[in-house]
Parts: sequence; structure tokens; C-alpha cells
Amino acid sequence: MTRTRVAIVGAAETTELGKIPDLSVIGLHADAALNALTDAGLRPSDIDGVATAGESPTSIAHYLGITPSWVDGTTVGGCSFMLHVRHAAAAIEAGLCSTVLITHGESGKSRVGAGGFNRPAASLSGQFEAPFGPMGAPTMFTIPVLRYMKDLDLSIEKLANVAVVQRRWASKNPRASFRDPITVDDVLNSRMIAYPFRLLMCCLVTDGGGALILTSAERASDFPTRPVYILGGGESTETPMVSQMEDLTTSKAFRVSGQKAFESSGISHADVDHLMIYDAFAHLPIYGLEDLGFVERGEAGDFIWDGHTDEGGSLPMNTNGGGLSYMHSGMYGMYALQESVRQMRGTAPAQIDGAQISVCHGVGGMFGASGTIVMTNQPS
Amino acid sequence: MSEPRSKKPLPRPTPETQHFWDGTLAGELRLQRCEDCSKVYFPPRPFCPACASRSVEMFTASGLGTLHSYVINQRAMPDSGFEAPYSIAVIELDEGPRMMTNIVDSPQTPEALVLDMPVEVTFEKLSDDIALPLFRPKAAPSDAAGPRGAS
Repeated sequence: MTRTRVAIVGAAETTELGKIPDLSVIGLHADAALNALTDAGLRPSDIDGVATAGESPTSIAHYLGITPSWVDGTTVGGCSFMLHVRHAAAAIEAGLCSTVLITHGESGKSRVGAGGFNRPAASLSGQFEAPFGPMGAPTMFTIPVLRYMKDLDLSIEKLANVAVVQRRWASKNPRASFRDPITVDDVLNSRMIAYPFRLLMCCLVTDGGGALILTSAERASDFPTRPVYILGGGESTETPMVSQMEDLTTSKAFRVSGQKAFESSGISHADVDHLMIYDAFAHLPIYGLEDLGFVERGEAGDFIWDGHTDEGGSLPMNTNGGGLSYMHSGMYGMYALQESVRQMRGTAPAQIDGAQISVCHGVGGMFGASGTIVMTNQPS
Repeated sequence: MSEPRSKKPLPRPTPETQHFWDGTLAGELRLQRCEDCSKVYFPPRPFCPACASRSVEMFTASGLGTLHSYVINQRAMPDSGFEAPYSIAVIELDEGPRMMTNIVDSPQTPEALVLDMPVEVTFEKLSDDIALPLFRPKAAPSDAAGPRGAS
């Protein structure tokens, strides 16, 4: 394993999740940030690096009273926070700053102080996708799936089953939005949104936020919580237009990011005790399991069907319930990171006993970008 | 007199894409090909995405392709210019590139929209300046003499 030089020493979500009509977008960032500062026993004046997406780092730093000497505003969709973690770890190692705050907040449901979704009419996606009537992620992110189902022989039942397994995880999590168990039939009888996707195969839409604080591993033992070390990571982009993916049945950004993450952390797939794969829609864990190399092409549907990602399975995945059942504000990557941190701290509602290595994989846009972080609770 | 503007989100051409939209207005599907490595590509840009050569030429594509993947949207936003259900599809053109489109002149059902079926381009004029490339099932040669041709 690679030597760990940077650790997460503060991690928190917003006080509430779900419907938060009394906080605007920047207010959600700040609520999460203040909770993470409390978690770490720090004050804003202790922070010298700020990274965020959705808001500008300038706004967040000013709002919180932080004077940063390192700033990252990388915005590539919901996995931006994985990239922030990777960039922050590199910056801390390089001595550019000592303590980084990464924030996320999104009024996905209540839309308080939130911007719109419109793409500029002169952008490539504005010219060559928007005129054909995609109306948000449920009608875009889903377009590759019929191709996958035909080429890799995935049944609709196995696609639906992704949501069933994740709901079982959510049922153990008091903060999950949806906790009542569901069956494959329930999924296949839920309302059709965009054939072949039905309502329960799509993420929920909620308000919320989260924040992380990173510092050098040498300082990590000075903090009140169990340090969670950054072992490695990866990132990549492919295309801003889902129609222009190189191959609709596999994500190049996933493959590149995943491979970098495994190489940099020096671990094998068998070392992974816990896995998060950003699940805006039911097919994403299937693509992720294959593109990160946990299973062969075309095997992920069966892998999930056979219970390997479920409680007691060999590779517990999306243990908070995921974007399908836990929460999804729009840029879900922060919540996947939070669950990996909880699992490594040993504080998750559905805790995996003895877990030492967690892989947290995010997507940005519609297979547009990707970020992967490998964490461990074992100092090196 | 100008035609009523469509409620659909109209693309705004840029200098690098103007030839494509001039083409659709003229009833042609225009692609670009690299003069150095022969790569045919889309969306338009003034250089080759495979080898970065600036020596590229425009040509009129066959307008033929196959249905590569799609969804059928069940609910359109009000005043969007779309009526559900409607397909949002990716076509693989015979020349290689893929593009997003809608499949028209077909029932918007999984039974009618079969992956890999042949499709051909048709154009929908949205305004004086913009026509969209849409695709419809390509009638098999035998169909031409069949019931549809006879009616």
C-alpha cells in the first residue's frame, strides 16, 4: 500500500437532509461547513484552503470568514468533490496549504437561491442535444442503457434489483429519505419516467449539503475523530454530451479514474472492504462495478442479483442507501464521500465490521466526468 | 414573413458549426472528414479530434444510419414544444459518428423502436434559420411495393 500523507479530520452533512426550505444554497454550504468545523474542533481561521463546486470558492470563503491561500473551484458535476479531495491531498503534500475545507450545498428540492439547468444555446450540447427534448437527467443519463441491455444481455429485472438492494441498505439508515423495503415487482410497477426507466430506478431529489476537512497525516492524531487517510485517487473526463460517449456500454472516464485510483493506492480489488458508486440511476453501479474492474464486462447485474453488494456480501456497496434511497441533492458525490468516511470511522448506521479500505467513486454530468478516492483507517 | 418560432430550444450556431446548420436548412446532413487521417467526426469543429489536423473537409453524409439507443420520455414540460411520449435517441450514422435526435414517423413504443433498425434523416424546420435533423425508420425496399406504396 502507498504511504498515507493526508487525512480527513472533519466530515459532516447538513443538520437536516431532505426538505430544507429555510436555507438557500449558500446557507446549506455554510451549515455543513460549520458542522464539519465542529466535528474537527476547528474554527474558520484555522482553514487556509477552500474548494467547492456549485458556488464559487470566493463566495464560500467570504461567507465563512476564511482567507484562503489555496483555492479550487473545479466543477465537473456531482463528482467534483472527489476531485477536490484528490487536489487538496496533492496541495497539502506539496505544502501549498495545510488545512482544506471542501463544501457542498444544494437546494435540489426547494430550489432556494438555486440557479437553473439551462445550457447555453450556442454550446455544443445546446446545439446538438437540447433541441431534441431531453428534460433533465432522467431523459439523458438513461439513454445508453438500452444499448447496454442488448449488448451485455442485462434484464430489466436485474436493473430494477439495483434499487431493491440499495433500499435494504437504506432501511438501516435513520437519515435515509426512503426506508420501506421494495421488491423488483414494486420497481417494475412504478411509474414509467423515460422508457426503460421507471420512477424507482431514478434518484430522489432533496436538499442538503456536506463538508470535509483535510490536513496532513502527521497532524491527524491531534483531532477528536478517528483519522481517515487518503490512500489514492483518480479523475478523468470524457464528454459533455452523453450522445458522444465513445461506447454507450462503458464509461471511459470511469475506467481511467478507477485505474489511477488503484495504481496510486497500491491496492488490489480484493483489498476493498467497502464501495460507494454514485448512483443517480440504477445502471450506474453496474457500469461502475465493471469499469472499475471489480467484475468482468456484463457480470455486474448478476453480481448484484447474487447478493455480493448486499449486507453480508463480499463487497458491500452504497451502504447509506445511495442516491436512489438516501438522498440526492443533484451533486451527490459529497454524500458518497461522507458515507465512506463514516464507514472508515466505524460510525455508519449500517457499519461494515472491520472495514479498513473504502473506494468511493463518483460521476459528473451524464458520464461526463469521474473521480475516485481510496480511503483507509490504517495509518502507514 | 417569418414563420412562427418553435417552442423547442433552438440551437444557436457558432462560426464553427454554421455549415452544419446551413446544411440542415438546405436538406443536407453535413459532416466533416480529416484530410490527413480520414477520420469522420461530429459534432463540427475546425480540426480533427483524432489527430488535431486543421486540414478538414466538409461533405454531405448519406443521411442513413441505425438506431443505437434511446429513451421514450413520458412527460414533457409544459410549453416545451414537445408532446409525450417521444423518443430521444442516439443514431449511429453509416459514416461512423453518432448523434442525438428524435425518431419520427413511427409509433413511440419499444415495439416499434427496435435497436439497430435502419433509419434515415428527415428535416424539421423550426424557424427561418434552423432546421433539425430528425430520423425515421427506413422503409425496406420491399415495402415500397407493399401496402404502404399501394395506398
